Amino acid sequence: MYNLQRALSCVLHSSAYAVIVVTLVTGIAAGQIQNQPDDGQWLMPAKNYASTRYSTLDQINAANVGGLKLAWSFSTGLTHGHEAAPLIVNNTMYVVTPYPNNLYALDLTKPGAPMKWVFQPEPSPSSQGVACCDTVNRGAFYWNGKIIYNTLDVQTVAVDANTGKQVWKTKLGDINTGESITMAPIVAKGVVLVGNSGGEFGVRGWLCGLDADTGKIKWRAYGAGPDKDVLIGSNFKPFYQKDRGADLGVKTWPGDAWKIGGATAWSWISYDPQLDLFYYGTSNPGPWNPEQRPGDNKWGSSLFARRPETGEAIWAYQLSPHDLHDYDAVNENILLDLNINGQQRKVLAHPDRNGYLYIIDRATGEVLSAQTFGYVNTSEGVDLKTGLVKWNPTKQTGYHTIRDACPAPPGVKDWTPSAYSLKTGLIYIPHNNLCYESQATQANYIEGTPYVGMTVRMYPGPGGNRGVFSAWDPVQAKTVWSVNEMFPVWSGALATAGDVVFYGTMDGWFKAVDDRSGKELWRFKTGSGIIGQPVTYRGPDGKQYVAILSGVGGWAGGIVSGGLNAADGTGALGFSNAMADLGKYTTKGGMLYVFSLP
Amino acid sequence: MCSAFRSLFIALTIASGVFAQPAVLKVCADPNNLPFSNQQQQGFENKLADLIATNMNAKVEYTWWSQHKNFGKQSLNVGACDVVLGVTAGMQDVLTTTPYYRSTYVFVSRQDRGLQIKSLLDPQLATLRIGMHIVGDDFAPPAIALARQGITKNIVGFSLFGDYGEVNPPRKLIDAVASGDIDVAISWGPFAGYFAQQAKTPLVITPVTPAAFLGIPFAYDISAAVRQGNETLKAELDRILQTQSATVQRILAQYGIPQVQ
Repeated sequence: MYNLQRALSCVLHSSAYAVIVVTLVTGIAAGQIQNQPDDGQWLMPAKNYASTRYSTLDQINAANVGGLKLAWSFSTGLTHGHEAAPLIVNNTMYVVTPYPNNLYALDLTKPGAPMKWVFQPEPSPSSQGVACCDTVNRGAFYWNGKIIYNTLDVQTVAVDANTGKQVWKTKLGDINTGESITMAPIVAKGVVLVGNSGGEFGVRGWLCGLDADTGKIKWRAYGAGPDKDVLIGSNFKPFYQKDRGADLGVKTWPGDAWKIGGATAWSWISYDPQLDLFYYGTSNPGPWNPEQRPGDNKWGSSLFARRPETGEAIWAYQLSPHDLHDYDAVNENILLDLNINGQQRKVLAHPDRNGYLYIIDRATGEVLSAQTFGYVNTSEGVDLKTGLVKWNPTKQTGYHTIRDACPAPPGVKDWTPSAYSLKTGLIYIPHNNLCYESQATQANYIEGTPYVGMTVRMYPGPGGNRGVFSAWDPVQAKTVWSVNEMFPVWSGALATAGDVVFYGTMDGWFKAVDDRSGKELWRFKTGSGIIGQPVTYRGPDGKQYVAILSGVGGWAGGIVSGGLNAADGTGALGFSNAMADLGKYTTKGGMLYVFSLP
Repeated sequence: MCSAFRSLFIALTIASGVFAQPAVLKVCADPNNLPFSNQQQQGFENKLADLIATNMNAKVEYTWWSQHKNFGKQSLNVGACDVVLGVTAGMQDVLTTTPYYRSTYVFVSRQDRGLQIKSLLDPQLATLRIGMHIVGDDFAPPAIALARQGITKNIVGFSLFGDYGEVNPPRKLIDAVASGDIDVAISWGPFAGYFAQQAKTPLVITPVTPAAFLGIPFAYDISAAVRQGNETLKAELDRILQTQSATVQRILAQYGIPQVQ
C-alpha cells in the first residue's frame, strides 16, 4: 500500500486528526462501531481492529450499484500476485505492491488521482527465491502520520505519510534462513505487530512487537520452543486441559524438531482495546510428513491471545493438533459481540483452513460453536468439551497414498479475509472447494540432492466448482446463501451499509451481490484475476468509491504469475493441478481499479 | 567436398544445437553449493560442464540460480539454460541423460568413536544423536526408515538451505559430526565425501544399508537434464560423457564422491 499525503496545508491538522481516528474508529470492536459514523477513510486492511471490513457508507446501494462505473485506474507495472488492500487517508490513497514492495501515494483531490510520490524500499532480490507461494504483500497500516508495512526480505518500514520519506526501518530476520514477510502489520497501543512467513522452509516462526515511533524491537514471541521463548508466563490460562502444561512447545515435538517446526504468523491480527488482547493464528508445523514429528506439535496451527505491550500470552487454543494436512490457523479473527444462547458474549469468529467456523469466547478461549462451512471429510467434528478436532483415521497422511481428502491443504478457506455486516449480522466468506490426493514420491530432487517427499495433487471438490462465496450466520452457525465460483475465491470481501457486498474472482470479475440473497447486482471484468482486498471510501468530492487491485498470483494463481508448467500438477505444492486452466481465463499484471456512480 | 570436412560440419552443428546459435553451452547452477557448484566455478559440476563444453568446442555460460524446490525444472523449462547437471536419473518433466555416477546416502561419524554403523536398522541409532538434512519441508529419504522404527526424538534437522548467506550451507551437517555436536550424520554421499576430506578430525564414511526401505531407495543414479524433446543435445551429452568417462571418474574421485554400483 502506499502512502501519500495531500495538500501541505492539511498536514498539521491531519496528524492530529489521525490520532483521533485511530482511537475512535479503529480502536473498538464491531458492536460499538455500529453507532459510530464512518469517517470514509480506510486506515488498515481489515478496516478496523475488529476486522469487520464493514463500511457504513451507503451511497452505493443495492438499488443503484448496477450503474457503478470505472472512475480511474492505476498500473503497478508488476506481474506477481497483488493481494494488498489500498489505504485511504486524508484524501490520499496508498498502494503497496508485491515484491519489490513499492509504496505509491495517489492524490485523490486531483482528477485521475495522479501520483504524489513512490517509496522504493529495494528489498533483497534473493528474497524472491525464498518466498514459498509467490512474492505477495497483503498491505499496510496507517498510524500517527506514518504508513507502516513489511517487505519480503524480513524488514518493517515506516514511511512519512506526507513526504514519502523513510522514518525508520527494522530488520527482523534473515532472508537467507528461509524467512520472509508477506503479512500486513497492525499497530496496537503504539506497538507494531509483525510475524514471519517461511513454514515451508524449516524456519522457526515468530511474532514481533516493535515500537511504532522508533521501530525498535520490544519483544519476540516464538511459535514453538520453551515457554520463555513463546512468552508464556504466569498469566497464561488456556481454556482446555489439552493446552495446559509447562513447555508444551518443546515437549510435544520429538527432540529438537521444534527448532525447525514452522508455526509462523504470516497472516491477520485483530485487537480488542477493552480486553487489551490481540489475536492471531500460527501456521502448520513442519516438516510436511507427520510421521517425522509425532506429538501435538505445539504451537503449530493454534490461536493466541496476547498483550500488545509485552507480547505475553493470555490464552492459546490449538485447532489442529499434529496437523496432517497443512491446515494453518492463520485465517482472520473477526471480533463480534453476539447473543449466543441468550447470553451476550464477546467472541471471535474464525473460519479455519480445517473447515470449521469457530465461535470462541475471546476473553477465555472457550469454543462456543464449531461447524463446517464447506465440505470436510478429514475430520468428523470438534468436541466442545475437550476442544479436540476428531481426525478421520482413513484420511491420515504419511508415507502412503491417500485419496479424496477434503479440504485440500489450502483449506475450505485460506488467508482471504471475510467481512461482517453489522446490518445483516452475517459473515461473508470467500473460500475454496478443493480436495486432494497425497502420494509418497521416491526420487525427487533438489540441487544435487535426491529426497523423498509427498506429491500433492488438488482437484475440485463435490459439485465441481473450485470456489464459493457464502454468507454465514454466526449465531445459528449455518450457511444462509452461497454462490459457486469456477476458481477458488482468493480475494477479500467487503460489506457495506448499502446492502451490497463486494468480492473478486480469479478469472477477473469484480462483483457486487445483495447481502441478504447473494443475488448478483453488478460485475466488471478487470484486466487480470483478482486476489486483492476490496475497500470503499468517501472521496474529497463527497462521493463513495470502491477500489480493488487486480493482478492474479499467490499460491492459487502461481500457475499464471509464476509461469509454472501446467503439465506439472505438483507445482505450487500441488495447487497447479487444480488450476491448470487458469491461464485460459486470465493473464498476469497489476492494476488498481476505482469505481463510483456516475 | 571431402569427407573430413563434412564430419566437422556435422559436429559443429550438433554442438551448437541449432544452426543460428553460437557455440555456447547454457548451464543453470547454484552459485553457493559445493561440492556441486559455486560462482567461482570450483565445484565438480563446474568441471564437468567445462569438460562437456570443451568437447563441443563451446563455452560454458552460467545462469546462477539459488537452490529451491523444482529448481531444475523451472530453470530449464523457462529457457534460462539448456543443461542442468546432477539430477536424479529419470526425473519427471525433463529429459535425462544416461547416468554418469551413482552415489548413496552414507553414515558419517568420527573415526575415534569407532561406531561401526552400517545399517539403518542398527539398534545403536535409537540412542545416538543423529543429524540429517531437512530438504525444503521434508527430511532426506533415510528419515522414513528411522521414523518407521519410532526413531524421531534424537534426530537433529539441518536445513539443506541453511543460512544461504554463509558459504556452502550444507556443510554444517558434516562439521557437526567433526565437532561432536552430533554422533552420526546420515548424509547424501557427495556432501559427506567432500566435506569429510576437509575435516580436521578423521571421519568414517559408510554407505547405508539396506539399499532401500519400503520401496524408498537410498542410492540414486545421477544424470544431466535437458528440456524434454531436446534429443539432439541429450545424445551429444551422452556421447561426451561416455567417451570422457575416465576423466569424469577422475574428477569425481578428486572431490571424494562416494560411488556405489
